[in-house]
Amino acid sequence: MSAPDFIVHDAADTVGVIVKEGISANSTLTGWVLEDDSRFEMACIDDIPLGHKIALGEIAEGDTILKYGHDIGKAVAGIAKGGHVHTQNVKTKRW
Amino acid sequence: MSAQKIHGYRRENGRVGVRNHVVILPLDDLSNAACEKVANNIDGCLALPHHYGRLQFGEDLELHFRTLIGTGSNPNVAAVIVIGIEPGWTGRVVDGIAKTGKRVEGFAIEGHGEIKVVADASRKAKEFVQWATELQREPCDLGELWVSTKCGESDTTSGLASNPTVGNFIDKFDELGATTCFGETSELTGAEQVCATRAATPEAAEKFLKTWQAYMDEVIEPHKTSDLSDSQPTKGNIAGGLTTIEEKAFGNLQKIGKKTKFIDVLQPAEQPASGPGLYFMDTSSAAAECVTLQAAAGFVVHLFPTGQGNIIGNPIEPVIKLTANPKTAREMGEHVDLDVSGILRGEMNMDEAGDALIDITLRTCNGRLTAAEALKHREFVMTKLYRSA
Repeated sequence: MSAPDFIVHDAADTVGVIVKEGISANSTLTGWVLEDDSRFEMACIDDIPLGHKIALGEIAEGDTILKYGHDIGKAVAGIAKGGHVHTQNVKTKRW
Repeated sequence: MSAQKIHGYRRENGRVGVRNHVVILPLDDLSNAACEKVANNIDGCLALPHHYGRLQFGEDLELHFRTLIGTGSNPNVAAVIVIGIEPGWTGRVVDGIAKTGKRVEGFAIEGHGEIKVVADASRKAKEFVQWATELQREPCDLGELWVSTKCGESDTTSGLASNPTVGNFIDKFDELGATTCFGETSELTGAEQVCATRAATPEAAEKFLKTWQAYMDEVIEPHKTSDLSDSQPTKGNIAGGLTTIEEKAFGNLQKIGKKTKFIDVLQPAEQPASGPGLYFMDTSSAAAECVTLQAAAGFVVHLFPTGQGNIIGNPIEPVIKLTANPKTAREMGEHVDLDVSGILRGEMNMDEAGDALIDITLRTCNGRLTAAEALKHREFVMTKLYRSA
């Protein structure tokens, strides 16, 4: 099994985590879903650093972001599939 | 694994330690200088300077005593010299530590001056060190170990791999009857309801949620500015890809494994009294504050997963660092005891990673210095609840 480019905790998640350094826009990435040990390929549209998140589908402003199968915050801007998900477009619901 | 043993120090009260320190413990800030002088005079002593101990009152003062007495009582400590500015509170710390049966002696500076106290305390410290260095390690069961955990400078690799590695360890050690502890009250925010479902009893769940809510009501609400988003998550967390406190909290919670239930909730630095099992302790999420409280509660070895590379150590409780971030493992290797980045490449599964963590932990308990110990990281940071009188 070759090393994945990103990992998804739960099949229901809307984001995955980049686990390689030097991932750049316009590349095709391999994702690994831990929950069911499945793999899939997806286009990446941004440069995304190691440890940062990639959108697994189109995310609209106001949408809840799911990771670990749980609510980890809300989108404060629309995010395209394959885009970089971080503080520029996601905010906590807690404080 | 249950037949495996570690070689530890059996203390007078039956507890097992994995280090053999002679501690020179200041009651208060004024006594740091004397303690450091004694530690300079006598080889094999460890002074623990700190900032507090004057004009504290109420719950904050109780925590101060609990932390000092607990630190001296930790099984990793063979004997203790306590030095304070006056004899009253100095004696209270001495009496508290003496309940363990270990050797402890107090010295007060008022009425004598520091130079005489340093001379007297140095003579006693020399006696303690020569006694302690003849103590022998003996075989002890793994279930006798008290193991604490707390993560730091986390990133998304923590929640993916290094924290679940600790979780795998906790699940395995829970079956052996070990006593284990997690904390970080603020950092469970967002995952607090899920955490409550991991309580062994409805009472423990309620106690946990009350503790979490009290922190929100008494600390966050009165003191927060517009938000805490520059503090929780930290700048380092954000650089590592963590976006929100909820995301950080679900990652944090991976440290308690998949099946272990916590049996009780401890106040800061409170010693577990409900038997073996996993405990939640009400602590800050700042690394040195949290580990200092856990060490004061009697935990003898600490598991510390890091993402971006927190470099913390503790003077009396060895802190074992693991990371799953390949960049951190490469750039900050001297701080890392175990690299589990292979999990992210699919080269290592969680069970193998957990076993690797058990292996390095047992070696540490048998005497191997951790990276933080070799680098002399001795962050001893008292938690203070409010301003002194």
